[in-house]
Parts: sequence; structure tokens; C-alpha cells
Amino acid sequence: MSEKELGKKLDRCLADSAVKLGAGLGLGIVFSVVFFKRHTWPVAFGLGMGLGMAYTNCQNDLRAPYLIQRNIKVIAKRQ
Amino acid sequence: MLRVCLKGANSAARKCLCGNGVPLHPLQQCRSYTSGGSGSSAGKIVAASVLTVGGGVGGTILYANWDPKFRANVEKSIPYSDQVFGLALGPAAPPPVINKPRKVEPVQISSMSEMWKDSKQPKAKEVEKKAEQPDAEGPPAPAPQETLEAAAKCTECEHEPAVKERPEGEVAARLAEQDKAEQDLLTSLSSNLEDALGSTAKVTLQAIGAQEAALQAIAQHTRQLREAMEAEAPPDKKSTQWRVLEDALSERSRSVDEAGAAVLKAKAELDKLRGVIDGAKHLKIAAARPSILAAEENLHSMVVDLDSVVTRVQTAQSEAKIVSQYSELVNEAKAQFQKELNSITPEIQANWKGLTGKLTQDDLNSLIAHAHRRIDQMNRELAEQRVREQIHIDSALEQQKLEDKKALEVAVSTALEHNREQMRLEQEKKVEETREVMEAEMRTQLRRQAAAHTDHLRDVLKVQEQELRSEAEEILNSSLMEKETEYRRLTQDQLDSFTLDMNAAYARLKGMEEAIDSHVIAEEEARKAHQLWLSVEALNYTLKTAALNDPTEPLEGAVQAIKESCAEDEFAQALATALPSESLSRGVYSEASLRARFYAIRQLARRVALIDETRNSLYQYFLSYLQAMLLFEKAQEAPPAKLSAEDLDTFKLLSYAAYSLEHGDLELAAKLVNQLKGESRRVAQDWLKEARLTLETKQVVSLLSAYANAVGLGTTMAP
Repeated sequence: MSEKELGKKLDRCLADSAVKLGAGLGLGIVFSVVFFKRHTWPVAFGLGMGLGMAYTNCQNDLRAPYLIQRNIKVIAKRQ
Repeated sequence: MLRVCLKGANSAARKCLCGNGVPLHPLQQCRSYTSGGSGSSAGKIVAASVLTVGGGVGGTILYANWDPKFRANVEKSIPYSDQVFGLALGPAAPPPVINKPRKVEPVQISSMSEMWKDSKQPKAKEVEKKAEQPDAEGPPAPAPQETLEAAAKCTECEHEPAVKERPEGEVAARLAEQDKAEQDLLTSLSSNLEDALGSTAKVTLQAIGAQEAALQAIAQHTRQLREAMEAEAPPDKKSTQWRVLEDALSERSRSVDEAGAAVLKAKAELDKLRGVIDGAKHLKIAAARPSILAAEENLHSMVVDLDSVVTRVQTAQSEAKIVSQYSELVNEAKAQFQKELNSITPEIQANWKGLTGKLTQDDLNSLIAHAHRRIDQMNRELAEQRVREQIHIDSALEQQKLEDKKALEVAVSTALEHNREQMRLEQEKKVEETREVMEAEMRTQLRRQAAAHTDHLRDVLKVQEQELRSEAEEILNSSLMEKETEYRRLTQDQLDSFTLDMNAAYARLKGMEEAIDSHVIAEEEARKAHQLWLSVEALNYTLKTAALNDPTEPLEGAVQAIKESCAEDEFAQALATALPSESLSRGVYSEASLRARFYAIRQLARRVALIDETRNSLYQYFLSYLQAMLLFEKAQEAPPAKLSAEDLDTFKLLSYAAYSLEHGDLELAAKLVNQLKGESRRVAQDWLKEARLTLETKQVVSLLSAYANAVGLGTTMAP
């Protein structure tokens, strides 16, 4: 269902953002723990990176249908 | 109101009662009047009825008097009316007898011959009848002929026998009577005639005998006289002779008288006979004619004989007279001679015969002398006589003439009479003969005529028979032909009708077969249509089987069924194949589900209204979401007939679509949804597809069902 696509996409976005955020968090935490002496900035960085990646993924996911592929010929309708 | 009605009814009833009551009393009063007046009216009624009845009876009697048929009818129908009529009018006149045999009268003569031929009566009776014909001209004579004719010709007449029988018997009886009477008459006549004839004959014979006797006597007398005169016998012999002569004379006179008397008697008898004959002639019986004729002949012959005998007698008498005269003379002479002789020879007797030996010479001489003398005398007398001869002769002649004349006259008259009689007799005989001949001839002619008539009749009958036969044959043939043609016609008609029936039946059969075939076809068609329809209905049903959010069952089966059911129908096939394969394989969503789904889509489409190719970042998504949250549009808005540019707004479109969906117009909704752009479009794509599928399927199905309905309708409407 095409209407469910968005939902799916958004689910995926959320899931992905959750994952990314989690991953970011985790990496951040790891990095902060490991590398950056429990500073919170790697966590924030990681979260931010995670969020940003998630955002971008979501955006890309949401944009995917509008991306013009090379093998698709588009006939532009003159307005 | 009920009370008012009741009151009204009461008042009306009371009024009626009063109304009846008021005349009631006068009626009662009138009754008393009418009882008084009823007597007069009753009397009037009685009088009127009596008058009517009397008038009717009188009228009936009058009319019966005028019209006998009516009288007969009334007598027949009303018992005892004949007595009344008899009292009033007298006996009814008998109905007039229809005299049918009258018509056959003209055919008397032929029938007479027929009757002759047919009748078994003896010829005398026929002759009698023939003689009778001029007499009996009445009905009895024609009746047998008529009856015979009637018998010969109209055999179909049924009351002819009744008319036939009686006259025949009567006629026969009458004829027999007549015959008997005739016979009696004839016998009487003949007996009379015979008697008369006999008596007359007897008398005549007697007369004739007497005459003959007279004749004989006369002759004898004459002879004797002559002898006496001529013989010179001796006187004694002469005296004996004279005595004998006298005896003879007396005998002759006696016999003559007797003869005369007998003649008279005979004449009387003859007259009587003649009278009888005349009487018989007057009776005019033909059968008696020959006897009459014979009697007449006899009479005539008798008369003739009598007359001849009388004449003979007369001649004899005359002769005798002459002879007597002569004898007288001779006697005189003899006497004289005797005297002379006596004077001369007294002893000689006048008898010549015995004289020869007895006479002497002298006697002889004297005798001779006497004789000579006598001779001389004689000579002298002779001379004298000769002298007076002439005178004597004349006188004698005259006398003789006179006598002759007289005799002639008498003879002539008698001869004339006789001749006349003879001629009459001859004539009568001839007449009789000719009559006989003519009768015979007539009989033969009649017989011939009868024969000719019978021949003619036979011919005619033959011809008639031929004609009738031919006619009958013709009729038979014609009727046969008719019947045959009728039969043929009937058979033909039958055949025709049968053929017609057969044809009709055959046609009907054919028609029925055709009808059945067409029915079969139609049934087939109908079945197919029904099948189609059923399958279409199944399809429809399968369309309906869509649960709310699940698609229908795959339409493949139904479509297959449709395809099978309408194998020859191209249109259906086309339609069936026109179904989208998705619907076949997967089924379609129902409109309700689509409608339900639309709302979700609408929500989503609203939310992604801003997203399109150019704007598709997440931020736009956020903005679009915000727009969706903040923008309120009508939930449903009636779409205009023509979409203008500003109507192409997502929200408007969605509201239009919602409106149209709510109003069941999926197509319009789909069309409107189709106008979405961007992400909204993408979001609604599936829905659109589904809607399109559904719409397509529905269209096809509706077409199919319409087609099936049409076909079904067409089949049901098939002749």
C-alpha cells in the first residue's frame, strides 16, 4: 500500500533514528568512555551524528521516489 | 339523530296508517255500497259473459256453416260439437269425391281393343258388348277400360285400386247382368222365333202339304179327268171312273179348301212370325240378327214356297180348269160320242181298253163310220173352229191376255213381292254378310288397330322404357357421378382437410419443432444468458464478498465461469478478458473498503500535501504536517462541474473526493484523487490503483451484468 509506505518509512526513520541514536549514543558513550574520558560530548556527538545520520537517512528515504535515476527517462511536461 | 329518524319514521308510519285508516272506513262504507251495487255489477258480469259465450258460439256456428273445413276442424277438436252442428245446421255435406278415372276417358277405343284382348269373355259377349256399346255409354262401360288404363298407366295411385275394384266388380256384374239379360232376351227371342218359326213352318208345311195335297189332288183329279176323258172305258168302269173322279174332285175340292185354310192359317202364322221378327228386329240384338235373318229367310222361303205352291196349285187349278173344261168338252164330246155311239151301238161301253176283242165287225164298222162321221164332224168343227179360230184365238188371247195380265199382274206383283222380299232378304243378308264381313273386317281392323296399337304401345313403351331407362341411367349416372364427385370431393376434402391438417400439423410440428428448437436455442441462450447472468451474479457476489479491508476473492473463478458460460459470446469474452488481471488474481476491494481507506489516505495526503519533487526534505515534511494540523477545510465539499486551477489544491481535491466518495461516486473520487500531485499522489497511488481496479472491474462487471441482463431479457422476450 502506498499509503503505508510513508508510515513504513517513518517507522524505518524512527527505527533508524533510534538505532542511530542508540548507536551514536553507544559509540559516543564508548568513545567517551574509551577515548574521551567520559566527557559527554562524544555522547552528544555520537547522538548528534546518530540523529543526523538518521535524519539524512530518513530524508533520503523519504526523497527516494523523487530521485531521478539515470536509466529513467523523464519526459518533462512543459508548464 | 337516531331519535329524529325514529320520530320521522314513526310520524311517517303514523301518517301511513292514518292514510290507510282514512280510506279504510270509506272502503268499509263503500263495501256496504258495493255489496248493494255488486249485485248489479255481478248481474252485468253474468250478462256480459253470457253474451260473449253466445256470440262466440253463434259466430262459430255461422262460420262453420260457411266453411265446411272449419266445421270439420271444430268437430274434430271439440267433442259433441258435431251434434250441435247437426242440430243447428244439418248434416255436413260429404266431401266431394275426386273422380280421378275421368281423365282417362279419351282412350276408350284403344282400351276397348285392349279390353278385347285382355278380356277372357267369349266372342259373343264381345259382340254383345260391341252391340252394347251404343247402348251402355255410361260409366260402367268406360270404367273397366278406364280401370284397365288406370291399371296400365297409373300404378302408383294408391286410391286407384279402391276406385278400380268397385267399378270392375259392378261393371262385371252389370255386364253379366246385361249379358244374362241379353242372353235371356236372345234365348227368349230365339225361342220365340224358333217357336214362331216352328209353328209357322209347321203350319206352312202343313199348308204346303195341304197345297201339295191339293196339288196332288188336283193333279190326280186332272189326270183322272184326262184319263177319264181320254180313256174310253166301259160304262161301269167309267162310272167308277166318274165316281173316282168325283171322289177325286171332292178330294180336290176338299184338299183345295184345306189348302186354302191351311194357306190362310199359314199366312196368319207367317204374319205372326213377321210380327215376331219385327219385334225381334226392334229389339236390335245383333246376335239375333242371323237368326232373325234366318227366320226372315225362312219366312220368305215359306212365303215363297207357299206362294209357289199356291201358284202351282192355281196353275194346277187353272190347268185343272182347262183340263176340266177340256174334260168337260171331252166329256161333252164323249157324251156326245157316247150318245152317238150309244145311239149307234148301245151295248158298247166306252172303254177303249177292253174293247179290242169284244167288238164285232159291225160295231167296228159302225164305229168306224161313226168315227168317220165324227171325223167329218170334227173336220167341220175344225174348219169352223179354224174359221172362228182367229176370233176365238183373239178372244182367247184377249181373255188370255186379260188373264195373263191379271195373272201377270198377280204374278208380277207376287214376283215383285217375292223379289222385293228376296231382294230385301238378300239385301239384308248381304247387309248382314257385309255387316259380318265389315264386323269381321272391323274386328280384324280393330284387331289390327289393336295390334298396331299394342305394337305402337309396345314401341312407345319400348321407347318410353328406353327413354326412362336412359333417363334413369342418366339420372343414375348423374347421381352416381354426383355421388362420385361428391365422394371424391368429400374424399378430396377429407384428403385436403387431412392434408391440411397434416400440413397444419406438420407446420405446427415444424413450428413447434422450430419453436422448440428456437426455444431450445432460446433456452440455450437463456440458459447461457442465465449462466452468464449467474456467473455475473456470482461475479457480483464475489465482488460483494469483499470484507471491509480485505479484497474480494479472486474473480478468476467467476471470470472463468463466465468465460465458460459465454464461450461463443465475443462481447462477453472480450469483457471477461477486459477484466484487469489483478482483479482476477487477487480480487478487488470493495467501495466501502476503499472509502474507509480513503480517509486514512486523506489524512496522509493532507499531511504530505506540501511534499513534491522540489520540496521533499524532512523539514518540508514537518511543515506539511504543520499545515495539515493547522489547515481546516470542509470535510466534504461538492465538487464543481469543472475544476478550475484553484480547485487543484490538495485539500480541496480531497474534500471533493471525500464528498464524492460519501456520495458513492468512486469514479469522481478517483478522478479527483488522480489530480493530486507530489507526495499526496504517491501516497494515494495504491488507493488510486485499487480504485481504478475496482472501478474497472465494476465497470466490466456492470457491463457484463447489463449484457447478461440484456441477453437474459432478450431470451426471455424471445418468441
